[in-house]
Amino acid sequence: MNIHEYQAKQIFAKYGVPTPRGIIANTPEEAVANAKELGGNIWVVKAQIHAGGRGLGGGVKLARSLDEVASLADEILGMTLVTHQTGPEGKLVQKVYIEEGADIKDELYLGVVLDRAKEMPVIMASTEGGMAIEDVAHDTPEKIIKVAVDPAIGFQGFHGRELVFGLGITDKGEQAKLISFASKLFKVYMENDAEMIEINPLIKTGSGDFLALDGKMGFDDSALYRHADIEAMRDISEEDADEREAGEYGLSYVSLDGEIGCMVNGAGLAMGTMDTINYMGGTPANFLDVGGKANAQTVAKGFEIILKNPNVKAIFVNIFGGIVRCDRIANGILEATKMVDVHVPVIVRLDGTNAAEAAEILRNANIANVIAATDLADGAAKAVKAAKGEN
Amino acid sequence: MSILVNKDTKVIVQGFTGSEGTFHAEQCLAYGTKIVGGVTPNKGGETHLGKPVFNTVKDAVAATGATVSMVFVPPAFVADAVMEAADAGIELAVIITEGAPVRDMQMAKAYATKKNMKTIGPNCPGIITAEECKIGIMPGNIFKKGNVGLISKSGTLTYEGANQVCKEGFGISTAVGIGGDPIIGLSYKQLLPLFEADPETEAIVMIGEIGGDLEIQAAAFIKENITKPVVAFIAGQTAPKGKRMGHAGAIVSGGAGTAKEKMDALEAAGVKVVVSPADIGKAVKEVLSK
Repeated sequence: MNIHEYQAKQIFAKYGVPTPRGIIANTPEEAVANAKELGGNIWVVKAQIHAGGRGLGGGVKLARSLDEVASLADEILGMTLVTHQTGPEGKLVQKVYIEEGADIKDELYLGVVLDRAKEMPVIMASTEGGMAIEDVAHDTPEKIIKVAVDPAIGFQGFHGRELVFGLGITDKGEQAKLISFASKLFKVYMENDAEMIEINPLIKTGSGDFLALDGKMGFDDSALYRHADIEAMRDISEEDADEREAGEYGLSYVSLDGEIGCMVNGAGLAMGTMDTINYMGGTPANFLDVGGKANAQTVAKGFEIILKNPNVKAIFVNIFGGIVRCDRIANGILEATKMVDVHVPVIVRLDGTNAAEAAEILRNANIANVIAATDLADGAAKAVKAAKGEN
Repeated sequence: MSILVNKDTKVIVQGFTGSEGTFHAEQCLAYGTKIVGGVTPNKGGETHLGKPVFNTVKDAVAATGATVSMVFVPPAFVADAVMEAADAGIELAVIITEGAPVRDMQMAKAYATKKNMKTIGPNCPGIITAEECKIGIMPGNIFKKGNVGLISKSGTLTYEGANQVCKEGFGISTAVGIGGDPIIGLSYKQLLPLFEADPETEAIVMIGEIGGDLEIQAAAFIKENITKPVVAFIAGQTAPKGKRMGHAGAIVSGGAGTAKEKMDALEAAGVKVVVSPADIGKAVKEVLSK
């Protein structure tokens, strides 16, 4: 689960990670009131969407007067912001964060992510703040400092020293400030079961203070059950409605831009099915894992979600029945076709336990749209043909 | 021969009396696995599925001499259960549970390593030595005894691969589902040398997916150390970047962990890489008939 910048900064503030002051607004009027409350004579109006690259997309603007705050808030609220992370359809801006202006002397990068190879969190820092870290990693990997922190010992002084010397910070006061910043950020990461934190840029002000000018946080979904406060920050308007609906039924769904709907048990086989369709000259319309306990209801829901996509010209149901017997799944598919109007050809491959009985059930049912397949390759080939209208 | 487990392996079940634990322990017993008891706190002294229940893993190990634990406890208690097993001297914990928090697994794995306990999973189908010992949730009937070792991040692709191998007239020595979480126990790199050393195994099937770099590490290892033929499939060639594909660890982040880079690395290491999982069986036949 991801959260907005303003929410990440609320969490930072709780841990004493310094940020500029700011207040969230839903309307231009609120934006002006917030600017007044913050005081000063320069503010930043920042679109709140779950995607990076907001500045380049025109979602982050500087205001030098209250009138400008009002007009910029009016312009940004309700706009569909397109960035390199939103996809071409963009994201609707529903909230703006009004933040006090900051005196930027230097821009750095600081993040915490899981290093899967080391099996512990790693703090990443760079002097190249404000740039996409992927680009920095690609073009100038030597400019990224990585400090892995073993959770068993926590953030120690030497971790901090590796960071500041790596970044070339020589002023002792600044060193202490940045080490304290990183130490607190690591605590934020651990205590909240974060999956990643990214501050880009982390700025150094004219007076040598460090501030999180941006803040991005993602969390481990498996740990949300113990963080009610974070779960409460969920913004469902930022999530794909179909993926969300599927999730409520225990299905794992990701929409793609092809023509063949896929319904598969198991994430690996689901990806393998997409790959096979592609290999055979077709295009997958989605990833869908119905899980280990597929029944008539989940299969019906799967059909419903797949068929919402108007590009779908055929559906490939690929189930390897293990503990769940294929004959039960075949019956589930038959029931599901009664619950949902399935108007495209459905290619069904059921293999594993009781596959022969399942084939018999499908044959006897004799449903016009249902085409039986013998194995993965046969099913994918038939699905590709059906999608091309060659039955 | 086989790797890690065989017909003599004594197994206990943590979360023995829960619904999942009960269902699958029963299936494992029917397969012939030597399940010698289970652990459910506050049910010590009872009998379940004809086997003794213990309050703690220590009690279970002392009474039964078990060396392997199959873990079915709910996600919130997985780390605790795994560390308890490690503390009690269990040699291998097979963690079936899906949805364990990553932070918990970091801690549990670090402790297991310190105590010299191997782990498999979490979020995996388990391990099976065909026709001898099944510790997990896979359908035992599709695994015929044979000379092919199998390592897979995915449960259903394990079944798909094993089924194809058996249909081609070969069989499985041991199959290990290692799981698709960001932090897992035994991986390709630790399992490959076991298959290399197993006289019964003549070829190895390796099924991977997008995310992380375990397959890349495996490729480097194979190049230097593995003489037996290896067939590999990497799932997720058509997966979009930045999207999590079902498994918590199956995500291409920051452009790293793509199927292509893994396939290229494996190919360069001399592995027979198939583009579709439908070709796993055929590829095994090809490498074994050389």
